[in-house]
Amino acid sequence: MTTRFTPDHEYIRVEGSTGIVGITNYAQEALGDIVFVELPSVGKVLKKGDEAAVVESVKAASEIYAPVAGTVIEVNDALSGEPGLINADPEAGGWIYKIAIAEAGEIDSLLDATAYADLTK
Amino acid sequence: MSMNNQGRPTGIGTSSFASSTGSALLPNEPLLFEIGDTEHSGVDLPDVTISGSRLGGFERRMPLDLAGLTEPEAMRHYVRLSRLNHSIDSGMYPLGSCTMKHNPRLNEKMARLPGFADIHPLQPASTVQGALELMEQLSHWLMTLTNTAAVALTPKAGAHGELLGMMAIKAAQEAAGQGHRRIVLVPESAHGTNPATAAFLGYTVKAIPARSDGTVDVQAVRDALSPEVAAIMLTNPNTCGLFEPDVIEIAEAVHEAGAFFYCDGANFNAIMGVVRPGDLGIDAMHINLHKTFSTPHGGGGPGAGPVVLSQALAPFAPVPFVRKGAKGLELVEHAQGEALGRITAFQGQMGMYVRALTYMLSHGGDGLAQAAQDAVLNANYIKARLAHAFSVPFGDCPTMHEALFDDSFLAGTGVTTLDFAKALIDEGFHPMTMYFPLVVHGAMLIEPTESESKQTLDHFCAVMEELAADAKAGNAERFTSAPLKAPRRRLDETRAARSPILKWERPEETLKAAE
Amino acid sequence: MRYLPHSDHERAEMLGVIGAADIDSLFSAVPKRALKSFDLGLPAHSPEFLVEAHMRALAGKNRAGADGPFFVGAGAYRHHVPATVDHLIQRSEWLTAYTPYQPEISQGTLQMLFEFQTQVAKLTGMDVANASLYDGSTGTAEAVLMARRLTKRNKIVLSGGLHPHYRDVVKAYLKDDTDLQCLSASPEGQGDILDHIDEQTAAIVIQTPDFYGHLRNLKTAADAAHAKGALLIVVITEIVSLGLIEAPGAYGADIVVAEGQSIGNALNFGGPYLGLMATRKEFIRQMPGRLCGETVDAEGQRGFVLTLSTREQHIRREKATSNICTNSGLCALAFSIHMALLGEAGFTRLARLNHARACKLADALAAVGGVDVLNKSFFNEMTIRTSQPAAALVERLAARGILAGVPVSRLEPDDPSVANLIVLAATELTTDADIAALCAALAEELA
Repeated sequence: MTTRFTPDHEYIRVEGSTGIVGITNYAQEALGDIVFVELPSVGKVLKKGDEAAVVESVKAASEIYAPVAGTVIEVNDALSGEPGLINADPEAGGWIYKIAIAEAGEIDSLLDATAYADLTK
Repeated sequence: MSMNNQGRPTGIGTSSFASSTGSALLPNEPLLFEIGDTEHSGVDLPDVTISGSRLGGFERRMPLDLAGLTEPEAMRHYVRLSRLNHSIDSGMYPLGSCTMKHNPRLNEKMARLPGFADIHPLQPASTVQGALELMEQLSHWLMTLTNTAAVALTPKAGAHGELLGMMAIKAAQEAAGQGHRRIVLVPESAHGTNPATAAFLGYTVKAIPARSDGTVDVQAVRDALSPEVAAIMLTNPNTCGLFEPDVIEIAEAVHEAGAFFYCDGANFNAIMGVVRPGDLGIDAMHINLHKTFSTPHGGGGPGAGPVVLSQALAPFAPVPFVRKGAKGLELVEHAQGEALGRITAFQGQMGMYVRALTYMLSHGGDGLAQAAQDAVLNANYIKARLAHAFSVPFGDCPTMHEALFDDSFLAGTGVTTLDFAKALIDEGFHPMTMYFPLVVHGAMLIEPTESESKQTLDHFCAVMEELAADAKAGNAERFTSAPLKAPRRRLDETRAARSPILKWERPEETLKAAE
Repeated sequence: MRYLPHSDHERAEMLGVIGAADIDSLFSAVPKRALKSFDLGLPAHSPEFLVEAHMRALAGKNRAGADGPFFVGAGAYRHHVPATVDHLIQRSEWLTAYTPYQPEISQGTLQMLFEFQTQVAKLTGMDVANASLYDGSTGTAEAVLMARRLTKRNKIVLSGGLHPHYRDVVKAYLKDDTDLQCLSASPEGQGDILDHIDEQTAAIVIQTPDFYGHLRNLKTAADAAHAKGALLIVVITEIVSLGLIEAPGAYGADIVVAEGQSIGNALNFGGPYLGLMATRKEFIRQMPGRLCGETVDAEGQRGFVLTLSTREQHIRREKATSNICTNSGLCALAFSIHMALLGEAGFTRLARLNHARACKLADALAAVGGVDVLNKSFFNEMTIRTSQPAAALVERLAARGILAGVPVSRLEPDDPSVANLIVLAATELTTDADIAALCAALAEELA
């Protein structure tokens, strides 16, 4: 299991051919309290960099882009009732959607934990 | 993801100070539905019975459940509520880009003359010649002040004016076989309505970065121009309070590329009577009568946003408009040829036309120019007085009608722009505009307008200096827990957004819904 | 100049603090050739009494509604506004406040908006209402756009009973759209809109009472629309009608748009007016305009804030639901105060009174030779067919001091079938004498 990051503060945790996508702890802290999450529909086909979801805080709306190409296979419905999960537990209970990764090679182009940590220093 | 961090979002402080609410003169006021009921009424109307109604069987069955108040109760409810508001009449309201100037009461008196207030938009033109004449006179003032060829009076507010102006540009380009132009250039510092308007009309928005001095680089515009570009939307003076020094060159470059120049006129108050936008090469510009020409903001409207148009766009003005006919003035109500058609049901904001013309006649051409110069003088005075204690992002050239600071002077204090603004409330001032424009970190945008006296400005500056000193001295709690003296402490906006309560429901209904 | 506080001495002193030689040096960024390079030729400043004289002269050239019999409606209605309403809305704290962006010092405006939203939701029978839009016509265009976002479909069908100006506004907003179907005028209340609903339809738009005064069957329309996955948008131009006729929410309307001018607001020659919009709870994130919501402050006290603002232009910029910024705050206040003064008891009495006056008008008109009343059903407005072209007839009646209504040809000049139609409204202000004067004049003109 590897976790990779984008410069736009998404993470993708790779489990086999599936990626679990959310926003990083750094991002949720910067955004403040999340009040609404617009989830993608299951089956949506995404190219790398496509807008996949939107997270809203009180004063800002931020697009969540697809870190890699693929198809949305599951979304975290719990966020509809409890968007604060992203604040409480961004990298576990606050995941946003799961993607069937189209091209495993794209994962390698993303940042690893060290590189992402450097970026947010 | 893109990030747009706007400080402390809910900002609930941790102060242990006693509650400031519910003082003797500012009692908490219950909701209308908690004090009224369906039996009480504040009007006397005969209770007629109808035999043989013609309602076609569609009589109301759903309960109305509208609470009523007798006249004395209603008077108290709304007077008490009103006292929970800050207003221009009660204190300085230096909201940047909003032009909160004095609202003369002569305007109100004139707007209520039965000859203006009690006339119907569809009365025969022969019975409203004075109203049409007023629209002509207002148009003359607006075209003269801007040196433009035409004006469309009907837009209901600034954003509506923007929409109309961009629709006119689109129509003109389609008529000229240029309908393929799909890109609109918008500087990063623009007001949010600009990209929203362009996107609404199907354009792709291309952002133009700001120069380090806060203005738009003519070269960046030239680089972005192409046969695909329909228009540029430029605010001038811009949202940083600066006059765009290269505006004429930008207009020339835009026109050479076959595109149009839409100017956001939200900040016209800085230059009215001093600079005519038509001389700068604009093709369309909306004018917020509720900013520049003193019609009241009314707690969020109604506004009015007439749009002046260049010769090239004049044929694309919407209906209705006034024209001289054989029997006096007449309204042209149906679009001919390529014109846009209609963007609102009737003639626009007549009530605001009356107020704006009253204001113009009171000032005269000389007074309007003096007002603009005083607005600029006041903003520069604030900037000069506060520069030593605050941080000025674009310090080198004089500002126009607004003074802009960033939050670097608060670095390390634990105080954000939001906290600072809330502390200003405790000192009796309405805060400045915060976190706008987006190109400046933690922006504080102060627009005093010409209405503030030197004495008021001196008091304001002294308070600002004292606050800055206190923040730097480490008294963060004064700021993070502010406001303490307002009718409410900081409100939980997260809670409001996570589970919205948008109307009052009877307590028993709320309980039922929760089950 | 009475509105400018500085003396020349103070101006000089301030320039000194700034370190500027003169005022022009503060305009140094302005290209030389554009700065004060002109003579405006506008009159100089003027004392209050002269300005007032000028404006009174203009106002005096207009015929006010109170000057004689008045039957003009068609989207704007002449009602009585209690003196209390106008007094209250002129209080400084209401009149000269801005949009309540600082909720701690704007609780008056915010609580009022919360009460207003509640009133509009109850009137329309819908779950939620927003804090107002510009007017009914632009609100209709916004509702159409909202329906397209909600359904992700494009086809919109406008009933032939929709106010022609509203139809024209929707057309202008959807200029490029081929999927907008406008059904032809239906002055007899006829309508075949149900035949136009298909799987591509985002919404059908029906006004009731319609432009010609007929009450429309919304239940059938809602069911037919929903059967194909389309939405029903209901438009109301006379909000007083909701005191007597069924709330659109009871029939299954999805979005309700109304012109709220009738309550609390004067005719004002067309503006400012008040757009009302209400919808289902599940659609609020696609609703344009500001919303006020209840919350608590840091000490747990109830308070109100603008909420769900991430839908709006100042945050979403090019992704906003609408470019709307300003709304009709003060008109909403006038509406809310007037509605509070009426209450359920007063509002239903007002509606009954309007309907009773209209029944009297319809019966009187039906007795005039050369006049046919087209309506079987109506609230306070109706359409007549006259034996002569309506536009000239209305002009002649105006010359006799009677404002007899709106000739339909003024709004539909290209449709010869409506050339002899006049739309007339009666309100609580219409007297028996007004009706008698109108009918006598009509009888003479048509004899």
